[in-house]
Amino acid sequence: MVRQWFKSGSPWIWMTGGAVSISLISVIGLLAMIAWKGLSFFWPTEVVQFELEGSVAKQTVIGEIYDREMVPKERLVAAGYDLSDYQDEYVERLLVKTGNREFVELDFRWILTTDIQSQSAPEEMAVFERSKNGNFYGYVVRVIEDGQVVSQNPVARLEELVERAVDLNEEALDLQNGDIGHINYELERLRLKERGYQLDNELTAEIKADLEAQRAQLREDYKVFEKRLFELRGDAKRDYVVVRDMRGEEVTLPLYQVLDVWFPNNMGFFAKVGHYFSQTGKFISDDPREANTEGGVFPAIFGTVFMVMLMAVIVTPFGVIAAIYLHEYAAKNAVTKMIRIAVINLAGVPSIVYGVFGLGFFVYMLGGSIDQLFYPEAAPSPVFGTPGVIWSALTLAILTLPVVIVSTEEGLSRIPSSVRHGSLALGATKAETLWRIIVPMASPAIMTGLILAVARAAGEVAPLMLVGVVKMAPTLPLDGNFPYIHLDRKFMHLGFHIYDVGFQSPNVEAARPLVYATAFLLVTVIIALNITAIGIRNHLREKFRALEH
Amino acid sequence: MITVAPQVNNADANTKLDLANLSPEQTALEIKDLDLYYGDKQALSKINMLIPKGQVTAFIGPSGCGKSTLLRCINRMNDLVDTCRIEGEINLQGQNIYDKSVDVAALRRNVGMVFQRPNPFPKSIYENVVYGLRLQGIKDKRKLDEVVERSLRGAALWDEVKDRLHDSAFGLSGGQQQRLVIARSIAIEPEVLLLDEPTSALDPISTLVIEELINDLKDKYTVVIVTHNMQQAARVSDQTAFMYMGELIEYSDTNTLFTTPTKKKTEDYITGRYG
Repeated sequence: MVRQWFKSGSPWIWMTGGAVSISLISVIGLLAMIAWKGLSFFWPTEVVQFELEGSVAKQTVIGEIYDREMVPKERLVAAGYDLSDYQDEYVERLLVKTGNREFVELDFRWILTTDIQSQSAPEEMAVFERSKNGNFYGYVVRVIEDGQVVSQNPVARLEELVERAVDLNEEALDLQNGDIGHINYELERLRLKERGYQLDNELTAEIKADLEAQRAQLREDYKVFEKRLFELRGDAKRDYVVVRDMRGEEVTLPLYQVLDVWFPNNMGFFAKVGHYFSQTGKFISDDPREANTEGGVFPAIFGTVFMVMLMAVIVTPFGVIAAIYLHEYAAKNAVTKMIRIAVINLAGVPSIVYGVFGLGFFVYMLGGSIDQLFYPEAAPSPVFGTPGVIWSALTLAILTLPVVIVSTEEGLSRIPSSVRHGSLALGATKAETLWRIIVPMASPAIMTGLILAVARAAGEVAPLMLVGVVKMAPTLPLDGNFPYIHLDRKFMHLGFHIYDVGFQSPNVEAARPLVYATAFLLVTVIIALNITAIGIRNHLREKFRALEH
Repeated sequence: MITVAPQVNNADANTKLDLANLSPEQTALEIKDLDLYYGDKQALSKINMLIPKGQVTAFIGPSGCGKSTLLRCINRMNDLVDTCRIEGEINLQGQNIYDKSVDVAALRRNVGMVFQRPNPFPKSIYENVVYGLRLQGIKDKRKLDEVVERSLRGAALWDEVKDRLHDSAFGLSGGQQQRLVIARSIAIEPEVLLLDEPTSALDPISTLVIEELINDLKDKYTVVIVTHNMQQAARVSDQTAFMYMGELIEYSDTNTLFTTPTKKKTEDYITGRYG
């Protein structure tokens, strides 16, 4: 009976089908978990006020419930809690985010459910998102506008004033990064120019006077912008809000530090959805704050995509040309075979090894030489002789080169020889046949190689830590200052951001949801890059489809 | 004995040529003592023949007799085979094409070739036809348009495709693709056109169209055709060469070869003893 069943082949079907199901469930489970944990972070959760008494002194705690777990009673007793009148073996405890970081020891704390005397979610509870020290929870006592207490509908006015302060701050920041940043950039360029003339012994009085004049002009402009900046900042500092916190004390919050205010316990479903999307949008488009534990991840998204595209631009021509040589020109002998095996094996080298190579060869040797040759005026500070986005892209290009070579070669070997002969018979040389017919026809295979390369490169972190990624980059590799693309700059990367926020941050609990959110974002970015590449490939395939007779 | 009596192209009977003693003006190609080896194996031995200008010459013979190999010698396609070695001469316009000074690409512009299976490029019909001209660096749009029309008319394809010149060549039927390949070859105006079993992958109706086309082509080009189909050779060619085991057994005008063969092997083959 069992033998019969075995012979019928159905165990094989079950086994193979089972393997596929397990893979599918793992992938979907992984994505679902990251998405849930990451995306739920932006939902405005209820802020609860707890009245505690029991194992702790009588007190009020206000905050969001972050997590809950069951703990064995013995463990708590051993830790010094008095739980003598409690019967069950397990005690439930809650992790509460209390915020107000500068006034309490810890902005996250565990409370035992046995200590909770009462809990409520008052509608007038306000959450302030601040640019420093994280969230603040409390009740609005009064709003002070330009030194005067707002008497009529202070809450509505508060929202308007917060918006005003945010707008002013944004304007100030734009000014700082835009015009003032530009002036600083130009001043630095003038300094380097002068130094350059000095090194060449060409610094005549005339040039010096000219440079000085330019500098004076820039300083003049700077003064105007600076004045405007201080005006904006001063204006933003005008208003205050007084808030009663969970200790019962009144705290004055300057509004220029407040980014947003909301009343989660008084929000309808649609208001919550709106808030959710605005928070998610801010996460994607804002710069990080507070050692990356708050704010957005835009520079990291930008850095990841920019670096991967730069890598794709470098690796494609290299890989394709190498593959063409190996497949079309190299003699079919043992040496070629060895080279091919070596290339394939390169894909198996651990990525950190490439990082070390990149640091030694690209950054120190190549970058150092470039600095000596072209940027002597910048010494001793390095320009290219330090980790940067171009070296990261080059390192990852080497890392992904084997993939591109192998798929291109496969593509080249799939092209029917009749097409080659057709072209040659019309008087084309081998090179003409290659570039006019063969390479375009192999382009879908080249794209396949590129897809694999992008997928690999976008997820790679370890080598980047050596050749260009930083925790916090003040400027993007692309901006409005000539020459607009700054390949020497360091950049932020989503993969490294996950590691940094998750393991290097001073506030682990606050960072955890951000780790999930960033991870989800990284996966989304990689999928988006891949879908784009797959779309291009399918388009190319369609174009060259009918040749398989 | 099964007697096959192929219908012979009688129109040329009165212009019978003395194939052994053609004058240089009448000769398109002269093949002299040609030996060809694939590695150690000899595939052609001591081929000597004169192919007359402006006529259709057919190579027939059983599979593996070397007829395609001989055809590929004429535009040096055998150069692509690494192990191939050639001795002897093929003279085109008095110039040995195996001479070291010969530019192979230039030779192939002079000697066009059409293969067994239609092999259009993954481009539009228009771009397929002008491919050879673009290689020569011709960019003048008027000239290209003119050549496309002339070549497609020459390949009897113009009326079928004139409204969709910029559509992909893959949208054409097999027979149309083969005529497109012929148009592509005649666009660069070669002296000689080599056809390597051009209808073996086509249906009977497409075959008929191509055969009629071959008849028209000989007004301007010297055509050499390899075919395994004796009826086809009889229908389209003026001269026929019968090859067997890498040797040229008999070569004469088509009428004579099919009606009164001088060699026993030829007679055996055309009467269907083997092949």
